[in-house]
Amino acid sequence: MSKSKYLEELENEAIFILREVVAEFENPVMLYSVGKDSSVMLHLAQKAFFPAKIPFPLLHVDTGYKFKEMYEFRDSLVNSIGAELIVHRNEEAIANGAHPSKLGVAKCCGALKTQALLDALELNKFDAAIGGARRDEEKSRAKERVFSFRDSFGQWDPKAQRPELWNIYNGSIDEGESVRVFPLSSWTEGDIWNYIKEEDIQIVPLYFAKKRKIIKKDKNLIPLDYSTNSEGNVEELLCRFRTLGCAPCTGAVESSAITIDSIVDEAITATRSERETRIIDHGSNSMEDKKKEGYF
Amino acid sequence: MKSEVDILRFATAGSVDDGKSTLIGRLLYDAQGVFIDQLESLKGTSDKKENSGIDFALITDGLKAEREQGITIDVAYRYFSTPRRKFIIADTPGHVQYTRNMFTGASNSDLAIILIDARKGVLQQSKRHLYISWLLGIKQIIVAINKMDLVNYEEKTFDFIKKDFLSISQNLKLPKIDVIPISALNGDNIISKSNNMKWYKNQTLIELLERAEPMNNKETSGMRFPVQLVNRVDNENTKDYRGFLGTLVGDEFSIGTEINVLPSNFNAKITKIIKSGLEVDIAKIGDSVSICLDKEIDISRGDMIVKHGDLPQISNKIIANVCWMDSEPMNIKKKYLFKHCNKITKCIVKDLVYKIDMETLEQQKDVSCIEMNDVCQVSLTLLKSIAYDTYSKNQTTGAFILIDSDTNNTVAAGTIS
Repeated sequence: MSKSKYLEELENEAIFILREVVAEFENPVMLYSVGKDSSVMLHLAQKAFFPAKIPFPLLHVDTGYKFKEMYEFRDSLVNSIGAELIVHRNEEAIANGAHPSKLGVAKCCGALKTQALLDALELNKFDAAIGGARRDEEKSRAKERVFSFRDSFGQWDPKAQRPELWNIYNGSIDEGESVRVFPLSSWTEGDIWNYIKEEDIQIVPLYFAKKRKIIKKDKNLIPLDYSTNSEGNVEELLCRFRTLGCAPCTGAVESSAITIDSIVDEAITATRSERETRIIDHGSNSMEDKKKEGYF
Repeated sequence: MKSEVDILRFATAGSVDDGKSTLIGRLLYDAQGVFIDQLESLKGTSDKKENSGIDFALITDGLKAEREQGITIDVAYRYFSTPRRKFIIADTPGHVQYTRNMFTGASNSDLAIILIDARKGVLQQSKRHLYISWLLGIKQIIVAINKMDLVNYEEKTFDFIKKDFLSISQNLKLPKIDVIPISALNGDNIISKSNNMKWYKNQTLIELLERAEPMNNKETSGMRFPVQLVNRVDNENTKDYRGFLGTLVGDEFSIGTEINVLPSNFNAKITKIIKSGLEVDIAKIGDSVSICLDKEIDISRGDMIVKHGDLPQISNKIIANVCWMDSEPMNIKKKYLFKHCNKITKCIVKDLVYKIDMETLEQQKDVSCIEMNDVCQVSLTLLKSIAYDTYSKNQTTGAFILIDSDTNNTVAAGTIS
C-alpha cells in the first residue's frame, strides 16, 4: 500500500526534526515509553538515519508498574533493531513502596516519572530528550514548541517560550540546560493509528481488544494486573487500551477492535479523548503544572 | 480510488474581542475536532467565569494565565480534519504587543484568516494582520467578517466593510482574498450556509478552507537541498556509505542529476536517493532524503546542493525584513548568530533602513531603536557568505532567525529581500 500524502508530509517533517536533534546536540536521547507513539517515533528514527543505526540511545523511565506485556514488547523490539536501551527507575521511591493508593496519583507520578526522568537526564548528561508528545493530546501541550527549552532544573516556562519560526529550530543552550524535542507535534491520534496501519508497525498487544479482567473505579476500567491491589468487583469485559501508562492508573475502554483497521475506525470516530483514560490528567494538578516541573 | 487527503496549515489573526477563539472553537466543535470529555472539563472552567454553557474560547486558551486574563498570549496549535483534508491551525494573538507571535504562527501557514468585528469594521489591527501575512508571503487570505448576528445580518454592513478592506489591500498585490460574512457564535456560514444571510451566495468558510492551495505546491526557485548531516556507514552490510541528509526545498531531482555544492562550487552527480528507508529514483519538494554522489567531495552541514548551473545568490551582504522578538532592543554594535538553512554564522546590523509604524504601516526613516514587536528593514553583513534566494522566490532559502549568543534566545526572524 502506498503512503497517504498527508502521512508522507508528517513523516518528512518528523525526520527533518530528528536529524536536527542529532546535528545540534552533543548527547541526545529518545524517550521510549513503549506506547504507540514511541513505536512510531522509533520507526521514524530508523528511517531518518537508514542505513545507519539510530545514533542515540533510548531511555525508558520505568516506574515498575508497567504492564508485563509492555516489558516483553520493549525487550524483544529493542533487541531486534539493535538499539541501545537505558532503563532508569527511581529505586529509592520504589523501595519505599511508592504507589498511587499510598501517595496519591500526583505524588506517585512526581516521584516515579518526573523525578526519575530528571535524574536520568542529569545522570547521563543528556542535552536533548526526544519525546512522543503530541499537541492534540491536551491543551497545554497545544502550546509546546517543537524544540522546547528546559532550564537547568528541567523546568518549563510556558509564558516565556522561544519564538519558533518556519522549520528553523534554535538548539542553543548553556551547560546543564536541555531541550525537549517533539517530532510528532503535528500528529493527531488518528494520524498515529493510520501510520501504524500503513507502515505495519509493531505495537504492544494491549492495544487490541480482548476479554480482560477489570475493576470499575468511578468511570475508569482499571485492569486487574499483577501489580494492582484488587478492591472492588472484578468483571470480565471485552476491552482494549487507547493509551498505555502504569497499570494501576491506566483505564481500558470497552471495545471490540481486534484488528488495526477497526482501531483506526475507532480513533477517527472517537468522541472522547484518549487521555481521558489516564488518571494522571485529572484532578487539580493539571498537565500544565506537571509539565512546568519537568514532566514529559 | 484512494482519496488524497492532504494538509492545510492556516493562521487565524484577530483579538479575543473579534471572536477568534470562538471561531476556532466552532470549527473544532462542528468538525468534531474537540472531544466530549474536554468539553465537559471546560464547562467546569467556564463556571469560574460565571458564564453559561460552553465558552469556546476556553478550548483554545491552553494556559492558566490566558484563561484567567481572557486573552491569548502565545500561539496554540489545533487540529481537525474533514474527509478531504487535515487542518493545522496556528491560533495567534492579535494585539499589537503580540505581533511577534502572529509572525511566528503565520510563518508556517498556507493561508491566513483575518477576523473583523462587523460592528467595528476595518481597524488598524486588521491592516497590521494583512501586512504581516503579506510580509510572510501568505498568498491566500480569508477575511471573516464576524458577529454578523449583532448587525442584523445586514448585507449593507458587509458590503461596506468588504469594500473598505479591499481598498487597503490593493497596494499589497495579494492574489487571492475571499471575504465572508459569518457568525462564529451561531455557526452561520462556517460549516453550512446561513439561513440568516441568503444574500451571500458564495462558499462557506469550510468550503474555502477545503479548496485552498497548500503552499508546498508553490513554484520555487529551482532545486535547493540544504545539507543537514553527513551519514557515514561502514559495516558488514553497508560498505563505505556516505549519504547527505536533508529536506528538498525546491524543484525535484533524480538519479543522474548533475549538481553543484555551495559554497565550494564542486560538481558531482547524484547516484543514489534514499527516502523513508527505501531507494527511490526521484525526490520531490518536501521530501526528507539521503543522497549519495559519484565523487568524494568535502560536504558538511550547512552546505547547499543545487542543480548544476542553477545557482542561488551568494553573498555576505543581505537586505532583509526583520521582526524583532526579544525584550532586549536590537543592538547594532552586537554580533548576533545568524541561522539560515542549517548553517550558523555571525552577523552585524550594518544599516537600519526603516521601521514600519504598526499603526499606520508607513515606513519611518531615521529610527535609532528597534524594540520587541517592531518590524523593520535592515542591511546585514555576515561573517561568511551564504547561498540564498529572496524570500519571495523560496520561503526556506530566504528565511533566517537571529540568536543572541549571550542569552541563547531567538531574538528576530527575517526574510531576505
